[in-house]
Amino acid sequence: MSSNTPSSSAAAAAAGSVDPSAARRNSKRPKYSKFTQQELPACKPILTPGWVISTFLIISVIFIPLGVISLFASQDVVEIVDRYDTACIPPSDRANKVAYIQGAANKSCNRTLTVPKEMKQPIYVYYQLENFYQNHRRYVKSRSDSQLRSVKDENQIDACKPEDDFGGQPIVPCGLIAWSLFNDTYTLSRKNQPLAVNKKGIAWKSDKEHKFGKNVFPKNFQKGNITGGATLNPKIPLSEQEDLIVWMRTAALPTFRKLYGKIETDLHKGDTIEVNLQNNYNTYSFSGKKKLVLSTTSWLGGKNDFLGIAYLTVGGICFVLALAFTVMYLVKPRRLGDPTYLSWNRIPGGR
Amino acid sequence: MAGGTPSPGPGRRRRRLHLSKIYSYTCGKSSFKEDHSNIGGPGFSRVVYCNEPGSPAAERRNYAGNYVRSTKYTVASFFPKSLFEQFRRVANFYFLVTGVLSLTDLSPYGAVSALLPLALVISATMVKEGIEDWRRKQQDIEVNNRKVKVHDGNGIFRQEEWSNLRVGDIVRVEKDEFFPADLLLLSSSYEDSICYVETMNLDGETNLKVKQGLEATSSLLNQDSDFKDFKALVRCEDPNVNLYVFVGTLALEEERFPLSIQQILLRDSKLRNTEYVYGAVVFTGHDTKVIQNSTDPPSKRSRIERKMDKIIYLMFGLVFLMSFVGSIIFGVETREDKVKNGRTERWYLKPDDADIFFDPERAPMAAIYHFFTAVMLYSYFIPISLYVSIEIVKVLQSIFINRDIHMYYEETDKPAQARTSNLNEELGMVDTILSDKTGTLTCNSMEFIKCSIAGTAYGRGITEVERAMAVRSGGSPLVNEDLDVVVDSSAPKIKGFNFVDERVMNGNWVRQPQASVLQKFFRLLAVCHTAIPETDEETGNVSYEAESPDEAAFVVAAREFGFEFFNRTQNGISFRELDLASGEKIERVYRLLNVLEFNSTRKRMSVIVRDDDGKLLLLSKGADNVMFERLAKHGRQFEAKTQEHVNQYADAGLRTLILAYREVDENEYIEFNKNFNEAKASVSEDRETLIDEITDRMERDLILLGATAVEDKLQNGVPECIDKLAQAGIKIWVLTGDKMETAINIGFASSLLRQEMKQIIINLETPQIKSLEKSGGKDEIELASRESVVMQLQAGKALLAESGASSEAFALIIDGKSLTYALEDEIKKTFLDLATGCASVICCRSSPKQKALVTRLVKSGTGKTTLAIGDGANDVGMLQEADIGVGISGVEGMQAVMSSDIAIAQFRYLERLLLVHGHWCYSRIASMICYFFYKNITFGVTVFLYEAYTSFSGQPAYNDWFLSLFNVFFSSLPVIALGVFDQDVSARFCYKFPLLYQEGVQNILFSWKRIIGWMLNGFVSALAIFFLCKESLKHQLFDSNGKTAGREILGGTMYTCVVWVVNLQMALAISYFTWVQHIVIWGSIAFWYIFLMIYGAMTPSFSSDAYKVFLEALAPAPSYWLTTLFVMIFALIPYFVYKSVQMRFFPKYHQMIQWIRYEGHSNDPEFVEMVRQRSIRPTTVGYTARRAASVRRSARFHDQIYKDLVGI
Repeated sequence: MSSNTPSSSAAAAAAGSVDPSAARRNSKRPKYSKFTQQELPACKPILTPGWVISTFLIISVIFIPLGVISLFASQDVVEIVDRYDTACIPPSDRANKVAYIQGAANKSCNRTLTVPKEMKQPIYVYYQLENFYQNHRRYVKSRSDSQLRSVKDENQIDACKPEDDFGGQPIVPCGLIAWSLFNDTYTLSRKNQPLAVNKKGIAWKSDKEHKFGKNVFPKNFQKGNITGGATLNPKIPLSEQEDLIVWMRTAALPTFRKLYGKIETDLHKGDTIEVNLQNNYNTYSFSGKKKLVLSTTSWLGGKNDFLGIAYLTVGGICFVLALAFTVMYLVKPRRLGDPTYLSWNRIPGGR
Repeated sequence: MAGGTPSPGPGRRRRRLHLSKIYSYTCGKSSFKEDHSNIGGPGFSRVVYCNEPGSPAAERRNYAGNYVRSTKYTVASFFPKSLFEQFRRVANFYFLVTGVLSLTDLSPYGAVSALLPLALVISATMVKEGIEDWRRKQQDIEVNNRKVKVHDGNGIFRQEEWSNLRVGDIVRVEKDEFFPADLLLLSSSYEDSICYVETMNLDGETNLKVKQGLEATSSLLNQDSDFKDFKALVRCEDPNVNLYVFVGTLALEEERFPLSIQQILLRDSKLRNTEYVYGAVVFTGHDTKVIQNSTDPPSKRSRIERKMDKIIYLMFGLVFLMSFVGSIIFGVETREDKVKNGRTERWYLKPDDADIFFDPERAPMAAIYHFFTAVMLYSYFIPISLYVSIEIVKVLQSIFINRDIHMYYEETDKPAQARTSNLNEELGMVDTILSDKTGTLTCNSMEFIKCSIAGTAYGRGITEVERAMAVRSGGSPLVNEDLDVVVDSSAPKIKGFNFVDERVMNGNWVRQPQASVLQKFFRLLAVCHTAIPETDEETGNVSYEAESPDEAAFVVAAREFGFEFFNRTQNGISFRELDLASGEKIERVYRLLNVLEFNSTRKRMSVIVRDDDGKLLLLSKGADNVMFERLAKHGRQFEAKTQEHVNQYADAGLRTLILAYREVDENEYIEFNKNFNEAKASVSEDRETLIDEITDRMERDLILLGATAVEDKLQNGVPECIDKLAQAGIKIWVLTGDKMETAINIGFASSLLRQEMKQIIINLETPQIKSLEKSGGKDEIELASRESVVMQLQAGKALLAESGASSEAFALIIDGKSLTYALEDEIKKTFLDLATGCASVICCRSSPKQKALVTRLVKSGTGKTTLAIGDGANDVGMLQEADIGVGISGVEGMQAVMSSDIAIAQFRYLERLLLVHGHWCYSRIASMICYFFYKNITFGVTVFLYEAYTSFSGQPAYNDWFLSLFNVFFSSLPVIALGVFDQDVSARFCYKFPLLYQEGVQNILFSWKRIIGWMLNGFVSALAIFFLCKESLKHQLFDSNGKTAGREILGGTMYTCVVWVVNLQMALAISYFTWVQHIVIWGSIAFWYIFLMIYGAMTPSFSSDAYKVFLEALAPAPSYWLTTLFVMIFALIPYFVYKSVQMRFFPKYHQMIQWIRYEGHSNDPEFVEMVRQRSIRPTTVGYTARRAASVRRSARFHDQIYKDLVGI
């Protein structure tokens, strides 16, 4: 009797769930697996007092030493910063700095630096520019990577406008970045002895090897009616023009330092260093500062207390938070499952 | 009587029946009505050359073939159409615009890196569309390649594919085959060319319908060879959607015959109980009525998605605002670059020789251009992968729903089926459930359970309702046990029969004092019906095909009592019965003379038979109110007792019918038969009234035999499920076509109603209206009715207001007639107010239309999510109207399932579907969207801040590819894993604490507060990332080699921080860590480093400023790692602190449950009970409420405790 089947088939199916190979092969019964039934073994962490307090404690335990180490590293660094943009303009010309810098007068300028502490070599020489938007989109885009890389692409100057060609001939390297190449120069001496500044090895290796061609030579550079910045020796391939390579790696922010060279002798405390600099670069029209920086480095880089202080602060805050949470948990034990927080439960709803 | 005696036709036809005569209503004769005058005119232009589809005349008509296409796209249209669909989404369109703009000089980044993610996202969606459409295509192919026998000329029929059918073809359809197109029925295996058709696919009704061909054709065409020279011409209406009307004429040998829907066999219905039919193809393919009818189901979008659109608009607003501000600043700064006194400020930018984008002379213009650049740059605020991720997640969620073993119904072999994945999270937000009754709450399997014969009640089976009532009336536990025993003893069950009484079973009835009445009663059950028996050849068992489950239950009952109906012939009904005298089984054949069919106005059906003694009998069964008034004076012997029993049965939630008979005088019958046949043959408009009158006169002076009681069984687990849903705070309305008493009974059985509830009953059964109905005009009745309904509604509201804040519960019960008025525009507000104030709402006697209207009223009136659940074709409107339509894939056909969004096999699965899947999907999608915006804001704000430091020149902080792959690779998988796998609370706890569901109903996980909170979190993270990175790399002496950090190093560091922060944030936010989460979260972070290495190793012309940046610059520098570590911890501290405090001191409900689980109290039943008690709100529906109420009643002080618990 067909009407009997439901109960019997249910029984068969119940048995079938034990042995799925049984009669119901065409059954649409979903196959059981922990995955499809959403019963995967899982870790279900919740923020218990223990977790919260120990997390904060662990953070502070890790952060405070890290902060101390970073701070020490930063403190180890000796840094001499000398702002010369105004100082290097004769007082008479200070009313109109731009005219002076664009004029033909001798831009030579002498500065004296005193070494405050022992400085181990290598000592890095930087120039620092401020309020200079090397990250301006027009500026960043105004270059031709392919042209820099190989001679055959020297005509790829589309991105370089308006510094793209000179009288129909492509400018190599083209674009605003190259055109505005920094051209202040520093000559350092100590006790009238010239202090050698090594200008090799200041660029990233990958730039030198892969981005600036060994057989790409400057062409038509700075031939336009307005000269931007430095000129380049057309005899030296771009891969060797490290100043250019450093300059072409654009800075992230409007205040930036760029490597000028390395001093490969130790400087001693109290040494005075004479700097003869050619103040050529025009930062005056946009009120940008120019600074000369001599700095040693630590494993962490240059002098920057920020990271150390930040680590210490956050480590401290976390410690305080750990304490605060401990107190809170002690003072205000929570009533479990207290439903009064649930808004809908305040009103006896529903009727 | 027409065709009363079988014509001595060919031998093979001898066995055929002229069943047409037992149907008095449906087999109306076709006639030329007004409509037929239109034929040939507009709208009635179709001409079908039967049996000559290839003739030039037919060719000229060039009707479409029978190929059916349900796919959305064709190969040619796939790309344009699906692309168009994609870009209709405003976010996608935005990305298309930015993609196109990225080809211009405006773009801050490369075109490829902008277009690639878009292409990825779009193609992922298109692949999904394509696969879905491919599946439909497969179905099409299957359907189009079905075979049917087609006349091939010369009287030979040949197998042909459906798709090759042409208009005018003659086809032969065999038993249990589907009709391949809309056919004109020419003849069938029955001599009077009737055939039975199952229209389940059309209207969901399982009962068989009768169609009858014209005599003109059926007499000509009996076998294949008859078609050799058959020619006919059909002129008829054009294709249209109306399933119940067909207008046409058949021209056959110079004669014209009218055609009606009675001769049309519709595609997708099935031939049943008929060996074969011949038909001529009239409509093919997309012209067929069923396909003309198929409309795309209304596409529904979930509330969350609609809110998400708002968030996207908000983000657009933000993007445009930021772009606007940026443009202004940029414009100002650019203007500053003007040549002044022959000098320029930022000479290195050569502003004197700039193109329009940077020209200080045209600064406003440049600012406007910059605006577009900025809009492109900030496009990272809008998660491009949001839509596609959500779609992927929802599809996976649906797979989980489909695969859930707990929602698989063994008996019918049906798993749950999420037909659309759009609404998963909506399942977690349902406020009101509108449920059908029959087939949804109940099984729609009728069980013969009791009867009253000759004033004696038989049957000791206990119904669900009775059990519920026993509990309701505070019955002692003893009674309960007693009841259980009885129920258990009925274990070996026969479908449709649950009757236990040794007094009448196994032939014992002969020893009852009123044996002859019992015999008449059982005979009536065996004879008075329209069921068709089917004998299993092997076992000899008989099963029945009946129009309704009630009727099947009767025949089965008769069989079980020993009156086995086994054959229906031309004009006889054969059954076996126990002979009182001999004690042996003998066969009896009653000649069936007339069937007076059931319909809803008559509420009764009768047969007139001549028994084997030659006596004429009228056997009748019907509803109590129509039957009692038809009894003869001498036939009322048992009236009082029977009436009493019937009332009891009705109380027990049973469907009752009164059985009565009378003997008919020969002359009276001849007179009746004459009139009846005349009436049947008449074509006048009042044919039906005429038949009604004639039958009415016949069905009088009946002698009462007794009454039957059939149980419409509640589905398994319905009361428990309703209780859980009520606990979850979901309101349940029952919309049913049943009468009020039954509905109320089911309400009690399913715990929707309970004794101390105040029932507000609204109906129009007042004496005043009744008397008006008898005398008054239509308008008066309407006026009075409306007035009455309004009055009752207002009285109800007053009652409600009176009770005020007391926890007294109300139930609203309204009938269909009153509903008509209550749903009118001016009144519906009052109705809704009253209904929402009541704990339970039951609408009885409601039509499908009313069901849909009520659903719409609730949906739009309360603004909350509604879920409609139903199983029949009459629920389709409701299912489509509701926010979510859930179809029960039960016995009443597929219509409801086809128009539903989700199909389940049993009502009780609703519990798991809503409380578990609904809650999960809701909390997943909500968290996922919040997180999406969080991560994109984090990322976008760093881009914005950096741009601010480039004097808003539109320079992005990151490499092009970093930018474009952020959404695709480094942050998308964890968020998808969150959307698919996260479980705030395990399934077990979802059941245990149903109130958790309110999180979705109140939408607290996707409130603006939470969304904005996440956005702020993103903003804070971004500030931390940008400024900390900037500060720590400030002097840019980056490593021990004295190198300085350029743009690429700051960008790389910031990006690393962003990747870490958003992924760690994810790890903090989720509460369910499986290996999947571990893989995707840590994998995404690891992949960033791997990507950086691989990308950095590619040729510099491709990797540009990312060339070797990791290996050469970042990785060797301790400051990079220290910065990353610091920033990622720092950026997460605010959230961590917030979460710690919130989790501990202001936990949300799901967090409370997490605490309970964590603290391990869940195994302590007392503790859990306490927590649950505290969190349970005073529900008014469900057996928990019932129990609570009884406790309340029994002891005063409990009330006080309860109040304490609720915390008033």
